Amino acid sequence: MANSLKCDLCSKPATVHLTQIVNSKIHKVDLCEACAQAKGVTDPGGFSLADLLLKASLNPEPAGDIRCESCGFTQQDFKKTGRFGCPSCYAHFSGMLEPMLDTMHKGVVHTGKIPQRALERKSLYEKLTQLETELDQAIKSERYEDAARYRDELQQVRQAGSGKPNA
Amino acid sequence: MPEMKINELIDSHSELTDAGASKSAVVLMTRIRLARNLAKHPFPGWAKDAQKREIRDQCMQAVAALPQMKRGLAIPVENLDELQKQILVERHLISRELCHAKSGSGIVISKDQSCVVMVNEEDHLRIQVLRAGYQFKKVWNTINALDSDLEEHVDYAFSPKLGYLSACPTNLGTAIRASTMMHLPALVISSQMEKVVRAVNQLGMAVRGLFGEGSDASGSIFQISNQTTLGESEDEIIKHLNGVLNTIIEQELNAREKLVESEPNKLSDKIGRAFGILQNGYLLNSSEAMNLLSLIRLGIDLGIFADAQRAVVDRLFIECQPGHVQHAAKGSFEPAQRDVLRAEKLRAEFAKMPAPDFSNTVR
Repeated sequence: MANSLKCDLCSKPATVHLTQIVNSKIHKVDLCEACAQAKGVTDPGGFSLADLLLKASLNPEPAGDIRCESCGFTQQDFKKTGRFGCPSCYAHFSGMLEPMLDTMHKGVVHTGKIPQRALERKSLYEKLTQLETELDQAIKSERYEDAARYRDELQQVRQAGSGKPNA
Repeated sequence: MPEMKINELIDSHSELTDAGASKSAVVLMTRIRLARNLAKHPFPGWAKDAQKREIRDQCMQAVAALPQMKRGLAIPVENLDELQKQILVERHLISRELCHAKSGSGIVISKDQSCVVMVNEEDHLRIQVLRAGYQFKKVWNTINALDSDLEEHVDYAFSPKLGYLSACPTNLGTAIRASTMMHLPALVISSQMEKVVRAVNQLGMAVRGLFGEGSDASGSIFQISNQTTLGESEDEIIKHLNGVLNTIIEQELNAREKLVESEPNKLSDKIGRAFGILQNGYLLNSSEAMNLLSLIRLGIDLGIFADAQRAVVDRLFIECQPGHVQHAAKGSFEPAQRDVLRAEKLRAEFAKMPAPDFSNTVR
């Protein structure tokens, strides 16, 4: 029976049933009168399904104690603001993120532009760090031929790049 | 390095009032925005005041050093007064959100006012390029180069899987918002706009009023933009948006043709009256002024007024906004006084304009 449906947000009987097609995916939402009004479903212009789904997917389970180790942001904070605290939050909250992104976007994997220079700087930095470690180890274990080779390589890599990131 | 003063910028002509560019009948402006953040720094909404200022200094320095920003303006938001901020919003250079930012935010604007970087709005960097008319290719090329140049100097927060990391997950991936400002008077007059909005929403695009989220569509001007940012490349996003926009343009032009065919007298009457009020009115609020100017622009597109007037109308769309009216009158005025000043300006502008020629529309 159609009337047995419950509101996705507050579990009261749903009276508003909305079907929206975003990027050829069908999304269905059932809402009670009050929630529909609060979310602006009656006003098609001001209504964003993404917002609604985002909140609906977070609502059922009260926020746990997940906290971003880098910046201290919590899942509760996200629920309040809809924004994250820092770039590392995306790694710390990846569990709840995936289903959310699926409803929000066309795909869940980036296929656009990449910051070429930043990635080059990063890989250069990693290469330098690795060579420095190997050079240290070679000297410590008195493998001087290896050490000379690492030293030459290091010099080459340093000349090729202009320096370390954040320089 | 930027060396312009805010008042110089306000008094010089902006990209949107550039007379050379007002050739497009339906699309008033094309804009692309990219959201970028520094790696390893908290987003503006979560950063402490001291961190925010440090981030701002780093970003503004890097942006201001770009060749594109040469002789432009670089200024912290707290150094602007309310009227100056309002004028920048009315020119679509900065967002309302940035105006409300408490401290630690900044703006860098190019000399020709086509490139803007907002610092510490919702993201550390909001790069924006806008051009009059329908010009996605040009705007994308400009902003892509600007972004790549900036990336030489700052480390962006980026994940190979999720793309550019933004404060809000709705912007993840390409973090692009491509939009156009469209003038759709015939769709509004023939009550088809609601249908169009619904269809555009279903295609995953957003429709907003003249000044973005929550603003009304006075002057029959709508902003249409992509809604999703992850899972498609920038080119694909722009291509899809282009497809939708071309359909809307076609619908609008069809609706105009139909109006001319079925109700020539009603349409001519509307346009003629608008001209009369603009030439002779003494009290005009901004919403009424926008609606009258919209009818004049429609008249230009239909050949009732000369093509050269299009640039005048496009300039007046901006100069009739409350901030610009007050700036021109050099003071702070209550809405009722502004309505007098606005009508005075419009009377002066339209006194010079040749009378409408309805010979093509009324048979």
